[in-house]
Amino acid sequence: MRRVIEGSQAVAEAVRLARVQVISAYPITPQTHIVEILSEYCEKGTLPARFLRMESEHSCLAALIGAQMMGVRTFTATSSQGLAYMHELLHWTAGARLPIVMAEVNRALAPGWNIWTDQGDSLSQRDTGWLQLYCEDAQEVLDSTLIAFRLAETVSLPVMVVLDAFYLSHTYEPVDVPAVEAVDRFLAPYAPRFRMDQTVACSFGSLVTPNDYMEMRHDMALAMEDALDELGRIEAAFAGVFGRNHGAIEAIHCQDAEIVLVTSGTITSTARLVVKALRERGERVGLLKIRLFRPFPGAQLREALKTAKKIAVIDRNCSFGAGGIFAQELKAALCNLDPCPLVYGYIAGIGGRDVTPGTIEDIYRRTQETDRPSDDGLWIGLREEAPHGR
Amino acid sequence: MDAEITEREYMHSGHVGCPGCGATIAMRFLLKALGEKTVMVVPACCWSVIAGPYPQSTLSIPVIHAAFETGGATASGVRAALDMLGDRETTVVTWAGDGGTFDIGFQSLSGAVERNENFLYVCYDNEAYMNTGIQRSSSTPYGAWTTTTPGREWKKMRKKNIVEALVAHRVPYAATANIAFPEDLLRKAQKARDIQGSRFLHIFASCPTGWRIPSEMSVKIARMAVQTNIFPLYEVEEGVRYTLNHKPRGYLVREYFRIQGRFQHLTDRDLDEIQKMVDDDWEILLKKAGERA
Repeated sequence: MRRVIEGSQAVAEAVRLARVQVISAYPITPQTHIVEILSEYCEKGTLPARFLRMESEHSCLAALIGAQMMGVRTFTATSSQGLAYMHELLHWTAGARLPIVMAEVNRALAPGWNIWTDQGDSLSQRDTGWLQLYCEDAQEVLDSTLIAFRLAETVSLPVMVVLDAFYLSHTYEPVDVPAVEAVDRFLAPYAPRFRMDQTVACSFGSLVTPNDYMEMRHDMALAMEDALDELGRIEAAFAGVFGRNHGAIEAIHCQDAEIVLVTSGTITSTARLVVKALRERGERVGLLKIRLFRPFPGAQLREALKTAKKIAVIDRNCSFGAGGIFAQELKAALCNLDPCPLVYGYIAGIGGRDVTPGTIEDIYRRTQETDRPSDDGLWIGLREEAPHGR
Repeated sequence: MDAEITEREYMHSGHVGCPGCGATIAMRFLLKALGEKTVMVVPACCWSVIAGPYPQSTLSIPVIHAAFETGGATASGVRAALDMLGDRETTVVTWAGDGGTFDIGFQSLSGAVERNENFLYVCYDNEAYMNTGIQRSSSTPYGAWTTTTPGREWKKMRKKNIVEALVAHRVPYAATANIAFPEDLLRKAQKARDIQGSRFLHIFASCPTGWRIPSEMSVKIARMAVQTNIFPLYEVEEGVRYTLNHKPRGYLVREYFRIQGRFQHLTDRDLDEIQKMVDDDWEILLKKAGERA
């Protein structure tokens, strides 16, 4: 049924439809609507799950680790400082190979306090072993959350569904909310690959020497590799039931493009308009959206971008001292291509600053007019009159 | 105090505890009391190692090793999952050291018992970070040497009163126990097992390695801690009903301190001061238990 709902509610509807059994929550703006809706569903019995009102994000994830280990499907949602606080247990979740699903609302990190969108929180967790899916609109949020459960449970790794603060979490859009019967055809009841069984005296997570640890981590790397193919298979199954899918990446007009803009999250939808307008004026421009960031879909990106001359990556994040993170990752994925396209990194929209069609067109023009890209990325949209210091 | 103690063992040989380790004695007794329908959460502590390296386990119950500060939270999730799966019989028990309880895990513990999660939290207390090599914790007693309170920097702060902190949460059951009083320990563990809601057991577990005592003194030292009123045996129900389980004759603390390497630097004056602290605490406890007006 098509309903006009917030991105936050799109998450909550997917969690309800996925028949999650244990949910843990600790409030942080702008994640709160997700868990408020879920707590109501649990109270009303719409979703027969245990809702744990924890005393911190760290404990939220610890509780889910305990619950998932006993063999139930679990979910939590957080943002920004909350995700940073979870950091240790993000590693733990993936290392324990627990298919926990989390909605992570992209919000800037303090100081100063900033509740607006910025990818610094989720991208700084890129090495924790979680899969990451970045969403463009509320429909994709709902679909990605459903897909996340099946994907996580297939490869035994946790999945983070990432959505922009406010632009997605608090914006109402028409969303197809499927019937539970349809979802049941796509997502089977949770059948854990392994679980702590009260009747079996086994121990999980004990001391592991160099003799075993390395193989365990190698298994994680293999599972990440599998996730790329599995996402394709799972999205095909999703399309079979719901008639739509999204892909690890989406390439628009890339075949004959001289310059390709690379985006993630809601900037993509703005960029679609800019690319359409530029195309109408005869510009050979393309757009490439990255939805799956972990595992990084290198082969698909190489295929889509091999004919581009210049690539302009728009990063709503910055790894200080190294530039935008999507740009870094893309450079690493492309560097062995011959010829290798030039990759221009642009940092925009930090801390929720608007990225308008004008910003994106500016990025396109700069890329067109500059022969060689800078190493660390160019900051776009800085206020000229603002004091600059070091 | 006659208790039926099962001959069945849930802790087996092959563990890697130090000789005389009080924490292994405590574990053996606890599991005899709880029985096989038990799932244990072990946040980082000596027992993370003692339980044996992968793929071995010295315990014949399921054990989930957990991050240092997550004893209360991880158990909350385990309980929630068991409830959702329809298993309301299995006892969920967190087994944590003093560092994981008094210090880094205190928030997680406080959160769990405030929610009155249906689980048993057991802290085996060896009064310092022993697994990492005898560093001071907030459970380390006044006067103690540790590797981070060396020389004249010996600990000048009192030991945190963890049971009173739990009592302040009005937990259904909080009690102290001691490896030198096994019948009392087993009775309390069984009682705790059969109560609904959050239950807390604080077990005094001597550490010959960290306390600088011969390993054969382990149980004797633990007994002296009770006899000197340094570690009184008592239980508190619903945060208000105090029961003293053992009224010692009140041996002087001096003897307890003099035989432990970790206290060798203390002067007679220091020991007098400590005696006064112990006496004061004992009086407060007697009042709470209704044994003093």
